[in-house]
Amino acid sequence: MISSQAYGGSGKMKEYHYSGPVEHKFSPYAFNGGTVLAVAGEDFALVASDTRLSEGYSIHSRDSPKCYKLTDTTVIGCSGFHGDCLTLTKIIEARLKMYKHSNNKSMTSGAIAAMLSTILYGRRFFPYYVYNIIGGLDEEGRGAVYSFDPVGSYQRDSYKAGGSASAMLQPLLDNQIGFKNMENVEQLPLTLEKAVQLVKDVFISAAERDVYTGDALKICIITKEGIREELVPLRKD
Amino acid sequence: MALQDVCDFLETLDDSSPCTSLPNEMGYMWRTPFELDRDSPFHFLFPPQQNSRKHKTPTVLSSTLSCLSPHQQPFQLSHGTTTLGFIFQDGVIAAADTRASCKGLICCPISQKIMPIHSHLVVNTSGSGADCMLWERILTREMRLYQLRHRRRLSVNGAAKLLSMMLHPFKGTNVCVAATLCGWDGEETQETLRSSVEMADVTTVSAISDESALGSEKAASVNELLKDAHALTLSDQNTKDVLSTFGGRSGPRVCYVCSDGLQLKGEIISVGSGSPYAYAVLDDGWRWGMTVDEAVGLAREAVFRATHWDAYSGNNVDLFHITAHGCRRRDREDLKEEYYREREREKEKIKEREKERQKREGDELVEGEVSGINKNELKKESPSTSIHHKRTPHGFRGLIKCGLREIGSNGAFKSSWEVRIYEVGSRVYDGRSELKENYELLTRIYDIVVAFMCVQLVNTIFPT
Repeated sequence: MISSQAYGGSGKMKEYHYSGPVEHKFSPYAFNGGTVLAVAGEDFALVASDTRLSEGYSIHSRDSPKCYKLTDTTVIGCSGFHGDCLTLTKIIEARLKMYKHSNNKSMTSGAIAAMLSTILYGRRFFPYYVYNIIGGLDEEGRGAVYSFDPVGSYQRDSYKAGGSASAMLQPLLDNQIGFKNMENVEQLPLTLEKAVQLVKDVFISAAERDVYTGDALKICIITKEGIREELVPLRKD
Repeated sequence: MALQDVCDFLETLDDSSPCTSLPNEMGYMWRTPFELDRDSPFHFLFPPQQNSRKHKTPTVLSSTLSCLSPHQQPFQLSHGTTTLGFIFQDGVIAAADTRASCKGLICCPISQKIMPIHSHLVVNTSGSGADCMLWERILTREMRLYQLRHRRRLSVNGAAKLLSMMLHPFKGTNVCVAATLCGWDGEETQETLRSSVEMADVTTVSAISDESALGSEKAASVNELLKDAHALTLSDQNTKDVLSTFGGRSGPRVCYVCSDGLQLKGEIISVGSGSPYAYAVLDDGWRWGMTVDEAVGLAREAVFRATHWDAYSGNNVDLFHITAHGCRRRDREDLKEEYYREREREKEKIKEREKERQKREGDELVEGEVSGINKNELKKESPSTSIHHKRTPHGFRGLIKCGLREIGSNGAFKSSWEVRIYEVGSRVYDGRSELKENYELLTRIYDIVVAFMCVQLVNTIFPT
């Protein structure tokens, strides 16, 4: 039983308290979790994300998808710090409108990617903490995926995973879509149905092992007919 | 972007420094993302200064740019690479790996680190991926402006100085760009120029394949550059040396520029975490009079060895060869295949050595203490095959030789005796169990020899 004499006036134990300088830091960032994935096919593109918004040990929302539709042929997925995701998408949408009004046409996927790169690099010294992946159709109607890092370096790929479970998903995609590390296998081109099934399987696996991924999966399927959405439930624990 | 500036289509500001606006009362400068790109392409947002110093008005050359230090950012930017460039009698070779890593995770296994700026200049980038990508775009823009204004290409040294001056305001921030400019400074006559433009046109169009990241856009931009160069040539038939460099010798050049402000010129330059390994191979094999095939082979070998030993380099090799006629790109090569081929070659060599050992069974052994060891356990080194040993046996052999030479010089030997150094196994790193036994055997031999040397030393000091 600890006697009350052991405590000093401030409520701290006399023998074991620290009275030197303490640094309190305000970090302007928070990590809100979430995983985003994009796959490009011959004439389609998929962008998928989970819908969980978490912070630390809590879940803020189970219905906060991370895919945002930009134009009829482009969808962007943003994961990381939700505040920066919202601001960044607002900025991109405003710039798209400006472009449309001054050039009388919508921006192509490649142009959006280049513009996003400069927007992100403009904040090189106080970056947007967002991992972006753009999925869409290029001018020739083929699927295109552009993946970004938080300061604007980007790359055109055929598939990419970003966000909290990206390190788990990317090797699986490398194997199944890129046929890496497989020998004597027939490399068939990816069909839309197979891609959608693969994305569902991949997210179910991610939800098993990553705490920030789960609740539901939203898939945006971009074809020349337009953008279609599918919602698939995932683990809620 | 560049052409509209030179035509004064929109108003332009001449200096492209990032600190052109004064700070507002909040203490930081920024420009909203909604302003159009009328002047320099970048205005940077700087966060408020962390410590409570009085605010100094930042000038172009001051280094009071505050930014989030890397440990405050919750993410790491990509680093780690091997790039190299060297000159020889027939041009410049630029080679790089293709791995972009980010604190343990490979962000991109197929990134493109060598980017062509114009028909006779490529830049090898290393450091932070975003910085390299964006600064390369800025450098391309400035060089294009120079070419349009002055009707000639900027030399490699000039481009290096330009990049260094542009990066100087960012010294002290965590912008990390280490670029190697590799190119050919030309003093070209009309004939070579026309033929070079045509040849470069054909080769660069066909060689820049779709595997590269921004492949189609880059190929298109290089094509535009070549077409413009062609157009310039045809329009200035009267002027003699249209695209010659100012007052300098022509020829191959490599130049290194770093965001710290360092600028180096040389013959061999290698940058990145894998550069020590690449330097080892390059220093060994480089000669000015190499042929193109030798040079390409050397560059490839250097990158392969560096990717083998360095964790942050790997995947594929990109290779560019720049001559007076332009730059040519070799197909991207996956090093995984090369690694397997090398293992096959090593297996062949071991088989050959086995055969030779069986032929030479029963030759003389080491006299002295070492003769106690059963000769069947040792394999004799066959002097005819030049064996490429990688690690421990080599080191032991060298040590034993050194030690014995030391004792020999003291005159401690009463009788002359010869020592044959025995190699036991060749690939200690392979991890097979028999080699592990051999490794332990070798350490035992080493211990015995060292003990023998100590005994001899004691005998010299205290002769009995």
